[in-house]
Amino acid sequence: MTRVVLAEDGVLLREGLAGVLARFGFEVVAAVGDAGALIDAVRTGETDLVVTDIRMPPGFSDEGLRAAVELRDRHPGLAVVVLSQYIQYEYASALLDSGGGRSVGYLLKDRVVDVADFVTALRTVVGGGTVVDHEVVRQLLRRPRDPLATLSAREREVLALVAEGHSNAAIARRLFVTEAAVVKHVGNILAKLGIPPTEDANRRVLAVLAYLRATV
Amino acid sequence: MLGSLRRRGFLLSAWPWRSLAYLAGTAVIATPVSIAMACVTLPWLALLGWAVSGHERGTSVTVPELVAAVLVGAVLVTTLGPALAMPLAALERRRLALIDARPISSGHRPPPPGLAAWLRARYTEPATWREVAYAAFMAFVVPVGYGIAALAVFLDLVLIASPWLAGDSANEISLGPARVITAGQAAPYAIAGVVLLPLVPYLFGLLASAHGAVARALLGDAGHAALREVSRSRARLVDAFEAERRRIERDLHDGAQHRLTSLTLQLGMARLDLPEGSAAAGPLATAHDQAKELMVVLRDLIHGIHPQVLSDLGLPAAIRELTGRSPVPVTLTVQSGLDQRPPERLESVAYFVVSEALTNVTRHAGAAHAQVDLSGTGGLLVVEVRDDGHGGADPDAGSGLTGLADRVAAVGGRLLLASPTGGPTLVRAELPWNR
Repeated sequence: MTRVVLAEDGVLLREGLAGVLARFGFEVVAAVGDAGALIDAVRTGETDLVVTDIRMPPGFSDEGLRAAVELRDRHPGLAVVVLSQYIQYEYASALLDSGGGRSVGYLLKDRVVDVADFVTALRTVVGGGTVVDHEVVRQLLRRPRDPLATLSAREREVLALVAEGHSNAAIARRLFVTEAAVVKHVGNILAKLGIPPTEDANRRVLAVLAYLRATV
Repeated sequence: MLGSLRRRGFLLSAWPWRSLAYLAGTAVIATPVSIAMACVTLPWLALLGWAVSGHERGTSVTVPELVAAVLVGAVLVTTLGPALAMPLAALERRRLALIDARPISSGHRPPPPGLAAWLRARYTEPATWREVAYAAFMAFVVPVGYGIAALAVFLDLVLIASPWLAGDSANEISLGPARVITAGQAAPYAIAGVVLLPLVPYLFGLLASAHGAVARALLGDAGHAALREVSRSRARLVDAFEAERRRIERDLHDGAQHRLTSLTLQLGMARLDLPEGSAAAGPLATAHDQAKELMVVLRDLIHGIHPQVLSDLGLPAAIRELTGRSPVPVTLTVQSGLDQRPPERLESVAYFVVSEALTNVTRHAGAAHAQVDLSGTGGLLVVEVRDDGHGGADPDAGSGLTGLADRVAAVGGRLLLASPTGGPTLVRAELPWNR
């Protein structure tokens, strides 16, 4: 069972999220209201996943994010999903830079209400994947002088879905193409972004990182 | 003062006496002022004298003489004039209280530190030269005006005294066109003089008011103090308004938005547990979707009141978020000098400028690309928004530019717009960091 520490300063939403997690078979070991308590909770118990709001007391700026980055440095392999009130590429890139960009998710806070999608995203992250909010991806793909300008429309679509943490099979289903076509698209994307062909499966994450870094 | 002249009890009020005191004071002060001003303007007066006497003799002033006299006079007036006029003005402003209850404040700006800076400020501000004009008025106009009034009063006194004057001396005395020899003959003139006597205080009042009006016009601050107070109070209003927006934003976020998110989450949960196709599933799905739409509406509303990212992370981050939302691609450059956060109201105004300008770019400019520059140099926070659209933005056409200019002016800044037909358009706001 996945052990989760939940950090959110609003009591109602914290309880609601704890309910969602329990309903889907996560074990909520701690539900806290600020960044300090979050760090303490992870230190004292075994934790697989941290779900935290970025904006928390006392400063109401990026306490949750800083705590998340600190925790990932201290506990390699810890999966982290941060919930953001608004889109900040710095947040996303700081997070993706930590721990090699694996087991990490950056979602707009409003996404939690689509319960099934939210839980899927959590599971992807726990499984070592990367999830970036589709609004972030949408905005990045529209940015001028983007390294992704060389990508075709279909390749952008595929990259967006990769960034959201979907597998090749899932992408193929969504785009109504064969999995082989998706593999080909991903190969083209990696080549165009200059990501060297290695045996490392992490290349997909590198692709997401490449454009986040380039555009921040 | 002029109002009290029209009132019925004027003669019995303190005003005639106040006027008399003012006029007497003027007489005392005007004498040395006239002498001093005559010295300062001596070359000009001499020139005038030469010209008049030369005209009578049939000679004329030569050009070098003319130029020399004008120049020397000008040098004397510009150097010594203010030195004479400023203390006189200070005295006259105090004295004006005798006949004018309205306060009068100097039009001089607060002096900068250092003698050289003080001199430069004083010699270059209009208030100083209006005071010099007042000194000239005091020196050359006042003696003539007061002299005429004094003559009128003197004549009335002579009329009243004429029976005694006539009785004492055996000689005939001349009262204007008439001549009287005996006291009896003089009696009607004396009666006329007594009848005219009540007019004397009115004459004093009128003369003092006229002088007072000139003094107020030349020595006051021409409404600048009132204007300063108005602009200060406008700045306070803007601050209060800004604080209120923040409070509303916080209340909405901590209360309504948080509860709505929680409610929507609960609806989402309930939806998962209802079997597909059951009677309640449809309405519940609708409720969930509507709640999600409401979340978007509320988020946009809160963002419009006061963007949370602005309070949390400051201007560059907030503008970055703004440019991310813009349908037209935007490049943002943040120059150095913004390491320190500007005062809140400047951040707000700068954000508003960029937000409005980008909205205009999207709606009107037909641009393919926009560029936002943020910098904080030389005590100014400068934001620039330029686009490659077709230009021709008209501030009068209701494009929100007027409102923008008002908000910028309220923090003491200025808004510049360059938008030739055919483009490009540049909107630049300069906001003074300290005020």
